[in-house]
Amino acid sequence: MTDTAYNFAYLDEETKRMIRRAILKGIAIPGYQVPFASREMPMPYGWGTGGVQVTAACLTPGDRLKVIDQGADDTTNAVSIRKFFERTAGVATTERTAEATVIQTRHRIPETPLTGDQILVYQVPIPEPLRFLEPRETETRKMHELEEYGLMHVKLYEDIARHGHISTAYAYPVRVEGRYVMDPSPIPKFDNPKLSGNPAIQLFGAGREQRIYALPPFTEAVSLDFEDHPFEASKPDHPCDLCGAEGSYLDEVITDDRGGRMFVCSDTDFCAERRAAGHAGRLAAPYEETAA
Amino acid sequence: MYVAVKGGERAIDNAHAWLAEERRGDPAVPELSVAQIREQMALAVNRVMAEGSLYDPDLAALAIKQARGDLIEAVFLIRAYRTTLPRIGASRPVDTGAMACDRRISATFKDAPGGQVLGPTFDYTHRLLDFALAAEGEPPVAATAPPDETPTPRITDFLGRDGLIQPEPATDAEPRDLTREPLEFPADRPLRLQSLTRGDEGFVLAMAYSTQRGYGRNHPFVGELRIGAVPVEMDIPELGFAIEIGEITLTECETVNQFAGSRTEPAQFTRGYGLVFGQTERKAISMALVDRALRWDELGEDDTGAPAQDAEFVLSHADNIQATGFLEHIKLPHYVDFQAELELVRKLRAEALASRREAAE
Amino acid sequence: MDMVALEGGFADTPREAAVAFRACLSALARPGRIETVAGAAPPAPVSPAAGAVLLTLVDGSTPVHLAGAHDVPEVRDWITFHTGAPLVGAADAVFALGAWDALQPLDRFARGLPDYPDRSATLIVEMPALTSEGARLTGPGIETEAFLSLPEVAAFRANRAQFPQGLDFFLAAGDRLAGLPRTTRVEDV
Repeated sequence: MTDTAYNFAYLDEETKRMIRRAILKGIAIPGYQVPFASREMPMPYGWGTGGVQVTAACLTPGDRLKVIDQGADDTTNAVSIRKFFERTAGVATTERTAEATVIQTRHRIPETPLTGDQILVYQVPIPEPLRFLEPRETETRKMHELEEYGLMHVKLYEDIARHGHISTAYAYPVRVEGRYVMDPSPIPKFDNPKLSGNPAIQLFGAGREQRIYALPPFTEAVSLDFEDHPFEASKPDHPCDLCGAEGSYLDEVITDDRGGRMFVCSDTDFCAERRAAGHAGRLAAPYEETAA
Repeated sequence: MYVAVKGGERAIDNAHAWLAEERRGDPAVPELSVAQIREQMALAVNRVMAEGSLYDPDLAALAIKQARGDLIEAVFLIRAYRTTLPRIGASRPVDTGAMACDRRISATFKDAPGGQVLGPTFDYTHRLLDFALAAEGEPPVAATAPPDETPTPRITDFLGRDGLIQPEPATDAEPRDLTREPLEFPADRPLRLQSLTRGDEGFVLAMAYSTQRGYGRNHPFVGELRIGAVPVEMDIPELGFAIEIGEITLTECETVNQFAGSRTEPAQFTRGYGLVFGQTERKAISMALVDRALRWDELGEDDTGAPAQDAEFVLSHADNIQATGFLEHIKLPHYVDFQAELELVRKLRAEALASRREAAE
Repeated sequence: MDMVALEGGFADTPREAAVAFRACLSALARPGRIETVAGAAPPAPVSPAAGAVLLTLVDGSTPVHLAGAHDVPEVRDWITFHTGAPLVGAADAVFALGAWDALQPLDRFARGLPDYPDRSATLIVEMPALTSEGARLTGPGIETEAFLSLPEVAAFRANRAQFPQGLDFFLAAGDRLAGLPRTTRVEDV
């Protein structure tokens, strides 16, 4: 049911126009962070206000929205954001990746390949990939202008010198179409390859930091690496204990206080679909349809 | 058998219901009314209005009640409400020189036209817990006198008349609006002042205090602190003149600071400025000190590297709604990223232990 | 202002603008794809597609330049009434509307700054027709290649060469809309 006290999708039309213009400039300059006049939302900064504003500016009444956090539809913040749009936009929602037209995500890209009819909206805490090397916006803006990305390579190489590996495991930076270095939001680096050449429109919203950026479909996004230390999309070396999937990203769940643990798909929809199709992992019980 | 945690929705509903119960507290104790908060917690209301950037004592009181007295949470409620309000227009600049002052003090002159007015201040109270208040009796009636109609011109205007203080040229240029445009650096003074007036009181206080302790020291005197009501007027194009749409209480502080001068320019005092909704004098004075510290560049001073001189640092961290949101978001699940690091640390440890074993053999 | 100016807006702005925006997004994100946009009935010579783009993206904060035959009182009134956008010269425009020839020369428009390449104009080009044949397009948004009936090739190539600065284009004909961001590489076939 739509709450008629607020405009469709909560934001007023002027705000939506402003966000829509920023999204279009983001599409036109892939990987470049477009400043936008982020509004104060009824949820806290850092909890997805950027993603929520981008989603609100994109939603149409005919959309089917999916919201995930850590890959799961039922994490509390995902539930809260989904409820917000059910209430303010009256849109249909789904937990199935394949059925969704707009997906808002925090920290994951769904396992099920996206299609050209979908928009993936990322919640971004710190949009500036250079921020941890240089805290000043005035400086990092100049670095992007001049394509001064040497510092980033130095940092990654220092990791290799110290640990033998690049020690960035998530929010792993990418170079977009050979121009802008971009923060893909804190997705595990396992998800990085899905950023590149994806048929879906990928939009990134950072509310507190007032930035929107984008990857149009089929845009190249290369994870930074070195010839002698090529990028590796790593994940726990286990199959899912529930659905048996070999190639999905896994959560480690502690099951007792004696070192017992199990590994399960972080993408809850992917896992459930596989179990429904009869796949079973090491600890799987027979699949039961859960009453909706 | 592991069962996926379903029921985030029910957990949220239950948490909200519990919160509502806790908010009410013991039902045997009478409930606070919004009017009681507005009247008796007025300084909290003022802070919420100032940092919420919305002048509405009733809504601020309601927000304090809803937030269980957590003032940052109350500011957040007001901010979120404020963004949904349509903008009907802009008022004319308020004339704080014509303020009906409840309080007006100057530390730079023993006396001045219009006089020193102490007003309702904690300044000279002895900070002794007043157990009589616990008994909830009525306070003694304060003495009254007919209103003093003497004008109270700004103290800095006296200095300005003799060219002793650096002038602030008036401008009709429309200032940029921090709440409608993304913040961009370098930020001009109107933007900096907007940021400071809605900034967290504790943060602005700490920044101001740091300048007093030598991190960007600028030798402030409170030229004048005034608190009182000013009318708000708006031009109505259909009428062709301005009408008064209401009255707001403001606290204004002008500091008189260290003088600048050179062989060619005669010495002159400089100033810092603070203007905040409501009776909020700690904030207004703090704001003036930080404003002055941030003006080092335009006044031709050195950047000593002090935090309060760094506009990007101050403006990026003054907002408590941004700060608390981002700080508290680390409560949200991060297990996907943690897993990625866990795998990496395990791998690094395994490799290190293996090479240590090799070396030992 | 006559009655024409008051008509032809969206009947249900929040929903119609949302649908029109998705068409704009899809068009710009997938150069060569032709979208259909309905809901706007602007006065001639503004096409319904261009009218929808204006109603969706333009307001008092975005100055608009009207070029050539589009700079007529009916159009000016319609834009003023429905969007409140100030009408300005080419150099100050955030959006510009006109036929291809009337928009020339393109170097009059803001192409963004080296550190803020987003501060560039978006041009809405009124086309006699819009089809998926003509110049070959490659680049972001295009899996292999796409084709679009562009008015010319050289101007878009010159625009691409300025990346990350540059202009972005919508092309409109009737209710048909295509997009051409600055990233697209354009070649004669």
